Amino acid sequence: MYKYDKYDQSIVDARVEEFREQTARRLAGALTDDQFKPLRLKNGLYLQLHAYMLRVAIPYGTLDSRQMRMLGHIARKYDRGYGHFTTRQNIQYNWIKLEEAPDILADLATVEMHAIQTSGESIRNISSDQYAGAAADEICDPRPWAELVRQATTFHPEFSYLPRKFKIALTAAEEDRAAIRLHDVGLKLVKNEAGELGFEVYVGGGMGRTPFVAPLIRPFLPADNLFSYLEAVLRVWNRWARRDNIHKQRIKILVHEIGQAEFTRQVEEEWQAILPNGSDVPRVEFDRIAAYFPEPPFATGLSDELDRSDPDFALWLDQNVAAHKRPGYAIVNISLKPTGGIPGDISADQIDLVADLAERHSFDELRATHAQNLVLPHVRKDALYGLWQTLRDAGLAEANLDLVTDIIACPGLDYCSLANARSIPVAQKIAARFADQGRQRELGELKIKISGCINACGHHHAGHIGILGVDRKGTENYQLLLGGSGAEDASLAKITGPGFDEDGIVDAVEKATAVYLRERVEGERFLDTYRRVGMDPFKEAIYG
Amino acid sequence: MKIVTGNDLKTGAVIWWAGDGWSIHVADAVDAGEHADALAQTEQAALRVNGAYVIDGEATPNGPRPAHIKERIRAIGPTVRPDLNLKPADPAAGSWVI
Repeated sequence: MYKYDKYDQSIVDARVEEFREQTARRLAGALTDDQFKPLRLKNGLYLQLHAYMLRVAIPYGTLDSRQMRMLGHIARKYDRGYGHFTTRQNIQYNWIKLEEAPDILADLATVEMHAIQTSGESIRNISSDQYAGAAADEICDPRPWAELVRQATTFHPEFSYLPRKFKIALTAAEEDRAAIRLHDVGLKLVKNEAGELGFEVYVGGGMGRTPFVAPLIRPFLPADNLFSYLEAVLRVWNRWARRDNIHKQRIKILVHEIGQAEFTRQVEEEWQAILPNGSDVPRVEFDRIAAYFPEPPFATGLSDELDRSDPDFALWLDQNVAAHKRPGYAIVNISLKPTGGIPGDISADQIDLVADLAERHSFDELRATHAQNLVLPHVRKDALYGLWQTLRDAGLAEANLDLVTDIIACPGLDYCSLANARSIPVAQKIAARFADQGRQRELGELKIKISGCINACGHHHAGHIGILGVDRKGTENYQLLLGGSGAEDASLAKITGPGFDEDGIVDAVEKATAVYLRERVEGERFLDTYRRVGMDPFKEAIYG
Repeated sequence: MKIVTGNDLKTGAVIWWAGDGWSIHVADAVDAGEHADALAQTEQAALRVNGAYVIDGEATPNGPRPAHIKERIRAIGPTVRPDLNLKPADPAAGSWVI
């Protein structure tokens, strides 16, 4: 994985000291709250419901054991013993003291981490496929390209005061595990007929108040032109974005309002104009970055045979272990969705344990996923049983990946100052209702995503079943949505009808699953059945 | 009643105007009445609170109760982590919030 050079380290260290000084000035009264707010947001520090909240960037979700242990150290020393993995492959801490925030950033900098551009009107953490570098279905490792974009956009002066936040996802596999079409820019590495590497470029997707699935604006962008083309996209947006209206500032609104064709025309025109400037990153620089992502020294001649005689282990194997590109290896998903738990939450002790396991079993690599789980990307199959036993003993072996209890949920009104309703208790009640392993498996792949407000941090628009919490005259109310997907078959979920209270929404979810079980034909997932039969049978069952 | 609330500047902790200073316990909150907005501004300017604002509340036999659920969650802590709440052993805390 990428390692800071002296320039990277010096700018991150300088940023820490700058923020230390800004914080001191705030505490001394030299800066007002209004003056300080944009400064702390540029360093990922929010003021939430109960305390300050710090969001730490995990570039494209990749980290090593040293960094993971630092996340545990921060949870233990500065927070209340836990952290929360987010839907942007980041981690956030809920109980931060302002006076200690500079020390946290200094600690992070010692392991090449920071919280820069995890908030504010900036280019946020570049997200990617959590199986990058390990997936059997990828054409190459997308992370060097994600790192290139990260470096090129960090502190970029032209993109430091954008109209609004800007999110980029970059993948290289046929299966979309990063929801690229629900990003401001989605980039998919592909090869053309000549075998050359390039990108499919999707622009104008997103969730939030006004969701859109991003259209494809360029089916093949030569890989070496990635940055200049991104620059052209950002420039067109920067030129026309509705800075007068916060609800219309995102690029998706511009693409929608002027139309895909006109937007594309302007981007292409801008791109041709700036190409002679030579802003593309030279190939030698890309090669320098790519050299940090060598393939691990995989052993050869390993067997793919597994002893499945322990039924609980076999269950976990079938659900949480994915195919690796190398014989004898597997990708292990660690669910952070135990029944009764809080989606994405992990204790400091669990963080340390996962760090140890990554070091021992996965070439010191681990990943955070946008579904709020963790991944050990390169595990020898002959080590899986012992690994599973260790995870099980630590409460980290819930065998529910992509099942009905693997629920994405934002922090909601329990933590977030923007939320209108609580998300976590709804997730917990649904997980409890469907706790039976056999029932979960009978339902198969079923992605439930819950947001506590219209900002959609819980990705409810992309849920096979989505739930949106709203405030109805001071009372929590929950709308049910069906038919969304963040995968390669991206679609937006539709609202079924009037909302429910907390218990009512759990009942409604159960009724929707009953319709699926009744209507499905062989091989269909919940989403497939919904798409085939439409909304009516579900509405009838839920409201009838 | 009008309750003035905000966050502690240094720690970010939720605090409530208690008449002669700030308290982390909503039970100590007092009715700031018609002076609530001015009080919030003065206290913020004096750096004794961060992001001060005024909310509606109700005086009950058990003390002040904010009108909105968001403020009641602020007063106690996340409903999903009772172990971290200000009243972790209080079985009535849940019903007080909801």
